[in-house]
Amino acid sequence: MEEREGEVRWDGLCSRDAATRAAALDTIGQAVLRRSETIAPVAAVPPARAADGLLVPAARDGLSEVLARLLMLSKRCPFPDVREKSEAILSGVQELGIRIPRPLGHGPSRFIPEKETIQVGNEDTMMHTLFADSFAALGRLDNVTLVMVFHPQYLESFLKTQHYLLQMDGPLPLHYRHYIGIMAAARHQCSYLVNLHVNDFLHVGGDPKWLNGLENAPQKLQNLGELNKMLAHRPWLITKEHIEQLLKTEENSWSLAELIHAVVLLTHYHSLASFTFGCGISPEIDCEGGHTFRPPSVSNYCICDITNGYHGVDEIHASPTGSIPSTESVCEVEALMEKMKQLQECRDEEEASQEEMATRFEREKRESMFVCSSEDEESAATRDVSRHFEDTSYGYKDFSRHGMHVPTFRAQDYSWEDHGYSLVNRLYPDVGQLLDEKFHIAYNLTYNTMATHKDVDTSMLRRAIWNYIHCMFGIRYDDYDYGEINQLLDRSFKVYIKTVVCTPEKTTKRMYDSFWRQFEHSEKVHVNLLLVEARMQAELLYALRAITRYMT
Amino acid sequence: MEKMARVTTALGGNALTGRTMFCHLDAPANAISVCRDAAQVVVAGRNIFKIYSIEEDQFVEKLNLRVGRKPSLNFSCADVVWHQMDENLLATAATNGVVVTWNLGKPSRNKQDQLFTEHKRTVNKVCFHPTEVYMLLSGSQDGYMKCFDLRKKDSVSTFSGQSESVRDVQFSIRDYFTFAATFENGNVQLWDIRRPDRYERMFTAHNGPVFCCDWHPEDRGWLATGGRDKMVKVWDMNTTRAKEIYCVQTIASVARVKWRPECKHHIATCSMMVDHNIYVWDVRRPFIPSAMFEEHKDVTTGIVWRHLHDPYFLLSGSKDSTLYQHIFKDASQPIDRANPEGLCYSLYGDLAFAAKESLISSDSNRKPYIGDRRHPIFFKRKLDPTEQFEYISSSSALSVFETDMESGSMDWFVHTAKQYALAGRPLAELCDHNAKVAKGLDRNQVAQTWTMLRIIYSSLGTVSSANLNHSMGKGSATLPLMNSFNLKDIPSGLGSESRLDRSKGENRTENILMDSSSTLINNEDNEETEGSDVPADYLLGDVEADEDDLYMMDHENPHAEEQEYSLPQEAFPLRHEIVDNPSALDHLQDKADSPHVSGNEAETVSLTPVESFSLISISHSLYENRLPTDFFNPIVRDTLLFYAEQGDVQTAVSVLIVLGDRIRKEIDEQTQEHWYTSYIDLLQRFQLWNISNEVIKLSTCRAINCLNQASTTLHINCSNCKRPMSNRGWICDRCRQCASMCAVCHHVVKGLFVWCQGCSHGGHLQHIMKWLETSSHCPAGCGHLCWRARYRRSSAAPWSGPTPPSPTPSSCSGSPSPGRSSCAGSPTTRGRALPGVCGAAAEAAGSGQAGQ
Repeated sequence: MEEREGEVRWDGLCSRDAATRAAALDTIGQAVLRRSETIAPVAAVPPARAADGLLVPAARDGLSEVLARLLMLSKRCPFPDVREKSEAILSGVQELGIRIPRPLGHGPSRFIPEKETIQVGNEDTMMHTLFADSFAALGRLDNVTLVMVFHPQYLESFLKTQHYLLQMDGPLPLHYRHYIGIMAAARHQCSYLVNLHVNDFLHVGGDPKWLNGLENAPQKLQNLGELNKMLAHRPWLITKEHIEQLLKTEENSWSLAELIHAVVLLTHYHSLASFTFGCGISPEIDCEGGHTFRPPSVSNYCICDITNGYHGVDEIHASPTGSIPSTESVCEVEALMEKMKQLQECRDEEEASQEEMATRFEREKRESMFVCSSEDEESAATRDVSRHFEDTSYGYKDFSRHGMHVPTFRAQDYSWEDHGYSLVNRLYPDVGQLLDEKFHIAYNLTYNTMATHKDVDTSMLRRAIWNYIHCMFGIRYDDYDYGEINQLLDRSFKVYIKTVVCTPEKTTKRMYDSFWRQFEHSEKVHVNLLLVEARMQAELLYALRAITRYMT
Repeated sequence: MEKMARVTTALGGNALTGRTMFCHLDAPANAISVCRDAAQVVVAGRNIFKIYSIEEDQFVEKLNLRVGRKPSLNFSCADVVWHQMDENLLATAATNGVVVTWNLGKPSRNKQDQLFTEHKRTVNKVCFHPTEVYMLLSGSQDGYMKCFDLRKKDSVSTFSGQSESVRDVQFSIRDYFTFAATFENGNVQLWDIRRPDRYERMFTAHNGPVFCCDWHPEDRGWLATGGRDKMVKVWDMNTTRAKEIYCVQTIASVARVKWRPECKHHIATCSMMVDHNIYVWDVRRPFIPSAMFEEHKDVTTGIVWRHLHDPYFLLSGSKDSTLYQHIFKDASQPIDRANPEGLCYSLYGDLAFAAKESLISSDSNRKPYIGDRRHPIFFKRKLDPTEQFEYISSSSALSVFETDMESGSMDWFVHTAKQYALAGRPLAELCDHNAKVAKGLDRNQVAQTWTMLRIIYSSLGTVSSANLNHSMGKGSATLPLMNSFNLKDIPSGLGSESRLDRSKGENRTENILMDSSSTLINNEDNEETEGSDVPADYLLGDVEADEDDLYMMDHENPHAEEQEYSLPQEAFPLRHEIVDNPSALDHLQDKADSPHVSGNEAETVSLTPVESFSLISISHSLYENRLPTDFFNPIVRDTLLFYAEQGDVQTAVSVLIVLGDRIRKEIDEQTQEHWYTSYIDLLQRFQLWNISNEVIKLSTCRAINCLNQASTTLHINCSNCKRPMSNRGWICDRCRQCASMCAVCHHVVKGLFVWCQGCSHGGHLQHIMKWLETSSHCPAGCGHLCWRARYRRSSAAPWSGPTPPSPTPSSCSGSPSPGRSSCAGSPTTRGRALPGVCGAAAEAAGSGQAGQ
């Protein structure tokens, strides 16, 4: 069969060579216009109506997807030539009397005003390199990347790891990898990630039937469902028996290498879901909910914004950086710094007894379960994600309500550096190294600033956040005084952390706004990076410990 | 106490005594340390802190240092060290960052002496100064090292590692002021205790954390380090730049290293994860440990030589909650098990043999063997005479024996590998098919084995052994040749035959010794002898009536034929035209023991499937449950073992795959794995990639399945510009054309795509095959000779799927490797339109992606 008439190919755009891109764009432009023309004459009959703005919907023949993608390119491609040219194609289509889409939402994140984020085209050289890399690898620049680019050093490591996990050497076939990503993201009803990976999954040749639910996937993947569920919500319950069940079943069994790959993918996407919700990532422009063909006058905000109490007119909200800061929040940063200083100085004087330390940990752990958002808003999922996992009721919430006891995991007895790394690297070479780097960067990332203050040692604060998250998972550091957490993290912050880490789908803009009101958005994103990595490490530790136990 | 005194005195005479022994601890140990007098050992862990005395043949708990009602984190020890000057003095590093010293001389139950709470994070290591009584050094996760004077309340000096976590600190044994510290980022620093402001030297020793280090007890310049990168390195610190002089690669991250006393080049190691053994290495011989202690069942966390000057006693503590004393003479020495001779066959029967030179020259018997016309080639490796290695033999000789092409031909192997069917059909069909293949290659014994297997396993238990026995008995009655052939004798019968078979089929062993002419004669001999084997073959019955040309005996013994022929038939599924007539049924009912059907009748009258089914069901009911098929398992197992032993691992593996679960449990995993690896290796050497992949995929062996999960990326070139394709999409970046157009019909290929490795052109499998029937040039007109002849001979070249020579597609793709037709991908997973993204190109060229 010859190349289908009007078939649009995007691949050339990923090239770093400008000439190649230009040529690819020309082909795309011709193809799109050709297809548009087949529809256009219909519109040409009543020219008056077209003038009214009631243009012909482009839904036919998959043209709308093409247009949406062009729209995405015109906004999000790191190469200026592509941006301009795709815009030109779009207006060309519009001239033919066809309705073109228009982006919905406000920048890559619903929580962060668009003007605060880095605009494509304004990035510095390092960011541009990262954008170009990401675009070349994925054929898009996703909103996660656009938000993470606040911290380019981390972003680089993140993209490298993700690229390796999804596209490079590994025991699992490509479509399995994306499907596992979908499974993991679906656990948290993260429609954003599900949408992205459904496209990727189909792109690498996955069977669309699988997308109708886990029961349509091969038995092997179904077996993984249980582990997915536990990892996402109660990783401490994973035992070597679970591992054995996956590895020892006569048919559809997993090999150790495959299992490690799957576990890394699952934890990666669980925590990425946390990030997505924690930073309020908007749907991609070319995905469902990211664009609309409706003319602007009809509706000015999307459903997600409504449910999150976010109104189109964002000027109503005082911007978090605070042009009109309340007196209370002025002191916030100073108070926090004061506390840190005190803690640093006084730690020797106030000798807490051993039992006291143990109680503090237990108390923090227990309390972390009751820290719960008072708001019970449900965010609207734009795609029915629940079909990807069978048991929606099984969540983190469950156990806090029933007061289930989380056993204590001693970090000194099984740590990532000593044990986890070795195991991962043994079974899935190079990934241990990549993850190690990523954890390291996330944990040590600092600009020595706090809001407007410079030269602040934030290590104590970062450690408190990290350990608080691990504490929620029952991981205890002998050498940490959990009293510090109470001093440094106030309640609204704890609520935010707890929600993002355990039930990310419940995160709201209000929560995001109400903690650390004086801090920069980039700092809040930084907090999210800590949450993501700490959560990922905690889940990994439990899974890897179970695997180690199985192996010995 | 008395005993202790005795041991101590014994030490004076430099003779420790004892045996390999262990005791159970109540909890996992994190570290151990010995008292100076070598009579006591302290064990510390999260929930244990005890002193044991080492008696002649047991450990005796002497003291529990965990006192007090409330468990304190101060007792949760990451490390413990016993002072080598003062036997009452101990120090521990607690996981909560406290450094505690203990004075055993205290009269109270609580021996805790000093408490230093200066570290903010876990203290990883404490170390006493070797000669100074009051000097203690600690290294912590918080990146600081602190030096304490035990007479003072606080640290004397603090050394900053720039916020990199310290994993180990060790005072130099010879240099009074020097200590070494190792870091999580892979660095090692040398410090002078008088200068806390900055380190004297720093170098990067490992990739990733350096978990441990140890100064050589005698040589002042040597420092051994062990890291997460699974290496033990020995550094010479005498030079201005630390020089790596030895490196031992272990199989897991190295948790501890300890030089062996009195042995300059020996070092003991244990690992952090996965591997539970303790190894003692000769650093000059880094590939094989000189001794190995395998007692522990979980990771070893602490090792220490019992006495400073005794190299034969090693103590170890472990996460499995045991404390061991290892005696060197009880150590397993892998070197003993290692084979000092190397022997390897090449693909074409050439043999290489390496052995100690002395062994070869001294053995006069071998001389003629070597001096054959096959031109042995010698290599010699003389070692530097100045080096006096204890273990290493001074030189070895390598001989290579060439076989001539004819006799070493392995065509039978290749043909068999290609033609065997291993899965996808009912067992009986597979067996039949394979029997036919073997027969076709004149491998009668193998053919017979297949037939037997079919009879045994495909009948769902209907063929009782009584039945089998009976007919065999009959056979022996009518065929004198076969009188010894009954059920019991099957293995021995096989044995005698296969000897012949081997000399015929596997020239590999014998040919080296024999002239080709003699081999030829031998072959002829075999053929003659095998004539006598035919009855056996025939006896076990080949149902295929059209194959009677194989049975010369038929005409001589028509009666016997009648007797035997029925056997397979009753057990046979309805695949063949089952032939019968009512009288046969009567016949069957009359003679319940042996339901025979006349062969003649079988050939003439054909029955409808329904009726034949009834026949089967009758025989089924008659003979069911007499003997389960399991009954034969030991015999089949022996058969497989026998074949493998003979070097015909092909048969063994093929049978294993075909029978699957029926036999798998009978043979231990390791043997199976061994067979699989050997067979796969052979296949790959013959470049039978597809078959080897099929075998890997079909294997039930975990380790084998894993083979397909490494390097799963296939790299492909654009067929137009012949440059590598970027890994995104299927349009070539450079020439912007779809890479997978069929060179014959010029359409995009969806599904199976075959292309030439020489010129990168290709297309639909069918089209290319058709094209090559008439032409030997490339259909694209590029002028490349895509030589069809070669294509026929070997599936791998030149027409094949991916560019790299050894594609190992993952077994989980669900599609049958890159196909028998040397194509990648299965059409079923590809024939689907993508939502406007990459269109046809992605689907078609997606075939190259079968690896994923």
